[in-house]
Amino acid sequence: MTPAGSLLTAHDLHKSYGSTPALDGASFSIHPGEVVAVMGPSGSGKSTLLHCLAGIVTPDRGTITYAGRELSTMSDAERSALRRTEFGFVFQFGQLVPELTCVENVALPLRLSGARRKDAERTALTWMERLEVDDLGAKRPAEVSGGQGQRVAVARALASSPKVIFADEPTGALDSLNGERVLELLTEAARSANVAVVLVTHEARVAAYSDRDVTVRDGRARDLEHAV
Amino acid sequence: MSIGHTLLGLLESGPRHGYDLKRTFDEKFGHDRPLHYGQVYSTMSRLLKNGLVEVDGIESDGGPERKRYAITEAGITDVSAWLAQPEKPEPYLQSTLYTKVVLALLTGRSAADLLDAQRSEHLRLMRILTDRKRKGDLADQLICDHALFHLEADLRWLELTAARLGRLAKVVNP
Amino acid sequence: MSLLHQKHAPAGEDHRPAASPSWTPARLRDLGLGIRFAAAGGREGWIRTLLTAAGVGLGVALLLVASSVPHMLDQRDGRERARTETRQSDSPDASAARSDSTVLRIDAGTEYRGRSIAGFLMRPDGAHPVTPPGVAGFPGPDEMVVSPALKELLDSSEGNLLRERLPYRITGTITDAGLVSPNELRFYAGSGTLTPATGGHRLAAYGDNGPPEPLSPLLIVLIVIISVVLLVPVAIFIATAVRFGGDRRDHRLAALRLVGADIRTTRWIAAGEALFGAVVGMLIGLALFLLGRRFAGAFVVWDVSAFPSDLVPAAWPAGLVAVAVPVSAVLVTLAAMRSVVVEPLGVVRNNRSRRRRLWWRLPLPVAGLAVFALTGKVDETTPVDPYPIAAGAVLVLVGLALLLPWLVEACVNRLRGGPVPWQLATRRLQLNSGAASRAVSGVTVAVAGAVALQMLFAAMNDDFNRITGQDPTRAQFYTSSEHVTGDAAARTIKEFRATKGVDKVIGTVEAYVTRPGKYAKDEMQPTTSLTVGDCATLREIARIDSCRDGDTFVVHPRDKKMADWVDKTARKGKEVELSSYTDQQNGVKPTRWTLPADTRTVLTRRDPLGKENWGIMATTGAVDASTLPGATTVAQIRIDKHVEDAAEYVWNTAARLDPGMRVVTLTSVARDRQYASIQTGLQAGATATLILIAASMLVSQLEQLRERKRLLSVLVAFGTRRVTLGWSVLWQTAVPVAVGLTAAVAGGLGLGATLTWMIAKRVSDWWLFLPMVGAGAALILLVTLVSLPPLWRMMRPDGLRTE
Repeated sequence: MTPAGSLLTAHDLHKSYGSTPALDGASFSIHPGEVVAVMGPSGSGKSTLLHCLAGIVTPDRGTITYAGRELSTMSDAERSALRRTEFGFVFQFGQLVPELTCVENVALPLRLSGARRKDAERTALTWMERLEVDDLGAKRPAEVSGGQGQRVAVARALASSPKVIFADEPTGALDSLNGERVLELLTEAARSANVAVVLVTHEARVAAYSDRDVTVRDGRARDLEHAV
Repeated sequence: MSIGHTLLGLLESGPRHGYDLKRTFDEKFGHDRPLHYGQVYSTMSRLLKNGLVEVDGIESDGGPERKRYAITEAGITDVSAWLAQPEKPEPYLQSTLYTKVVLALLTGRSAADLLDAQRSEHLRLMRILTDRKRKGDLADQLICDHALFHLEADLRWLELTAARLGRLAKVVNP
Repeated sequence: MSLLHQKHAPAGEDHRPAASPSWTPARLRDLGLGIRFAAAGGREGWIRTLLTAAGVGLGVALLLVASSVPHMLDQRDGRERARTETRQSDSPDASAARSDSTVLRIDAGTEYRGRSIAGFLMRPDGAHPVTPPGVAGFPGPDEMVVSPALKELLDSSEGNLLRERLPYRITGTITDAGLVSPNELRFYAGSGTLTPATGGHRLAAYGDNGPPEPLSPLLIVLIVIISVVLLVPVAIFIATAVRFGGDRRDHRLAALRLVGADIRTTRWIAAGEALFGAVVGMLIGLALFLLGRRFAGAFVVWDVSAFPSDLVPAAWPAGLVAVAVPVSAVLVTLAAMRSVVVEPLGVVRNNRSRRRRLWWRLPLPVAGLAVFALTGKVDETTPVDPYPIAAGAVLVLVGLALLLPWLVEACVNRLRGGPVPWQLATRRLQLNSGAASRAVSGVTVAVAGAVALQMLFAAMNDDFNRITGQDPTRAQFYTSSEHVTGDAAARTIKEFRATKGVDKVIGTVEAYVTRPGKYAKDEMQPTTSLTVGDCATLREIARIDSCRDGDTFVVHPRDKKMADWVDKTARKGKEVELSSYTDQQNGVKPTRWTLPADTRTVLTRRDPLGKENWGIMATTGAVDASTLPGATTVAQIRIDKHVEDAAEYVWNTAARLDPGMRVVTLTSVARDRQYASIQTGLQAGATATLILIAASMLVSQLEQLRERKRLLSVLVAFGTRRVTLGWSVLWQTAVPVAVGLTAAVAGGLGLGATLTWMIAKRVSDWWLFLPMVGAGAALILLVTLVSLPPLWRMMRPDGLRTE
């Protein structure tokens, strides 16, 4: 069932919110270091697929396997721990804690996993350097531009050295130039660190930064190259 | 655009006369450029030669004798292969793509699969262009961007068509 | 939006209100617009209005209750005075002359499981006896009328032991006119045997016609400060409630800016919305008050309850509330909007750059202290002018509330690092500590005031708490029966000894003895007491080494002069006259008794009542107690505390022996009733205040959580533990409350020390603030605990879906 060598695999996921089905038999898989775009029109269930893959939402039916472990058998605490240590997240907006400075935001996942403040912030700064936002360290999210904020968010997603980054419309709120820069930095950093990226987007130009794409339509993911 | 594949596809629903084929073609795809009668016959004889169609019968009720063509197994395979084969992404593809979609709908094949395959092909090219853009200089970037924007427009058209497949099916298959 | 268009469309040139010469109509129009938005603002608008209205309503209801207190106290005092007997003269013992309407009565009050029961035995002298207020018919012998609360108690299974003590048939109930409060326990029982000789006191009428007892100046100071302590937090709470939901409203106002409203207009529209909320709140407050009033009797707060008819707000404070609440709603909103810039497209900027300044906050508390300093010390007895003290206390407490936001900001800005929850909380507070400071300033005033008051109380301990000198470890009850005859004394002691739960009885019969002879009118006849009891009993009241039945002793007080006086009567081998005062008056020939020559002289010992007894003491074998005229039977009783209801059995025995028997419960400290009631009031008020403050902190906490729903979801997405966020919520409440409490304790100690100095007393206890700190901690915990379920609920991925 699980394609050989894949890091994260989902098979036949079903998920409904009330009576509306969001996922209706979706399957997915991703290899280490691979960037996979999840495409589809709005309301097709892309975000739900991402939430399920990341263990934020439990599917009603279906299996999700990460590194040989079945997510549905894990407790909430275990899944939280998994998200803290193995996964990173970038969302479209509203993800930086407004009262924390940028460097504190980037250091947050590390600190949540128990790192000391000094160490966490040092690591955070090196990632911010790679994303060319190290000069924003002491600023609060409200004081930086949208593109800068997104780069800070990407730095945060990378800071905890995750195996998978889940990016949900990471450039949705940015203009194309800023958006492309963020994507470039994200995919480059991910590839060089062998981090898999699940990139949810409805834009082809964003999806073009991926190695492969999966289309979700009516709650069904069509993974053409890895048809399951 | 391949007239041969299109005519083959039209034959899938049942044997037809050459004239019949031309009329149906003009109706569905001809729009403002109807097919020449000679074009139909030359195409059909090529298909006959390649074993993709066969003559089903000859009628001559009073007028000139008319051949009735039927598609062969090899012809059906050829249509399938053609439909499944994504077009090389390039500008102004829509007439070919449109023909393919309608033919898929007419012959009961999955138009959505066709569109998805085409989308993947487009995305594959976009990925290559994006990659070239990343590695290239500013001139490369600008050129690539031009192509990317065009491809993106095509992709949007594909998305839109995919979303309207249901309605299109009703129109072509009343 | 369409409303605005309609309003603006006809007056097209009216877009420059700043240049408009007549600003008032424009402002009134904006206010009206705000009211219409609040009233017709859809679900969101109503939620905000209701939030404000509920808060204001709660505050207003409390203010109305507070403004009813004077009337309530008046009414209670009036009824209390109406049922007191009319005094015949200044002497408390003076009896009325017997007539057709006079009544003999004796106090038969008792205690039942810690509750006092007032009661009288009454016997009419003639056919038309006077009745106390609230009593329709005079109870016949062995009948009684009772208050409804007592009736309920007697009818319940809990009242079984009491029923035994009050065996009279219930023939009626005392109406409200004869009761101070609905939960009062009171009875009037009829007697067929009561005589003046058995302790009956004759009264002719009810109604205290004497001048009311004036409150002591110290009490006035206390009451003034208590009012301030309790009402300032309520005012602060109302001001906070007006700002509930302000952030969401600001975003709505941004839409108005987009269609052309200027900043000033939005401020006044906001004020209009607040005004509407405040007015609705006042109506809610009034409704709450009227509703609560109907059930006033059911609420018993620390033994205080009131009749609904007693709860009538005084006119001027009620009027003040009616005017001040809406006006302050408008002013508070206008002030709050100053620090917010509402821009079109939903951009709301807080003017964060402006730091809180100290200079204008400091003068207020300093002025308060200055007022105190100028007023100087208040004397015990000279009439006190309460206004400067009230003004000083208000200035200090309000000043403290003003200082707090600055203090919180100053403290929080210094906080760095720490674990994640701590970092989240402190950073949050650094970004915006306003909401927290506002809520906490209420706590500060309440706690500072309470600390100051408690210090004051403690310092005034001497005045209010008498050290009785009683020793409750030796005996818990003291009973005395007057005018006993025959073997009543012996019987009393025997019966008490036989009572269940009684450990030990020190029972004596006491009478007065005089030295025989003729004395001039102005010469004092040497007199001393004769106490008869068994050896064990006498040992409790005198330092006796060896004692056998038949022994007699002369007991000397420590004071030499008094000892000499005793010896004048108690001459060994000589006679004394045994007679009572009444006997002498009536010319009854006194009996004589010879004090044996071998009587020993010993020193007195303090009895459990704390009293020293001296004079002649005789064992029961030496004097026949049943022959003593005009003797009083005294019993001091120690009970076994492990026996349930032992005290009740003692009371029952006492009532059976003599319904008029005086029973005193011994305690080491006796409290002044006025003092106790003031402390009760303070406790009741402080509880209500703390609950209000908890409510307002909770609302702002929940509001903030709601605002951050998406952020919480994001935090959950990247694996934040619930515990982490729970702690951050706790710290976010705890840090400002801790700063507030520290300020409150410091301010309270300062205020308390100042006030103590003013009444010329010394601070006796600096640690009285600890319970208040505990209450503050409980508040933090409560707010956090109640915020947790919504926090858990909001920490779900749903927040990621809504865009």
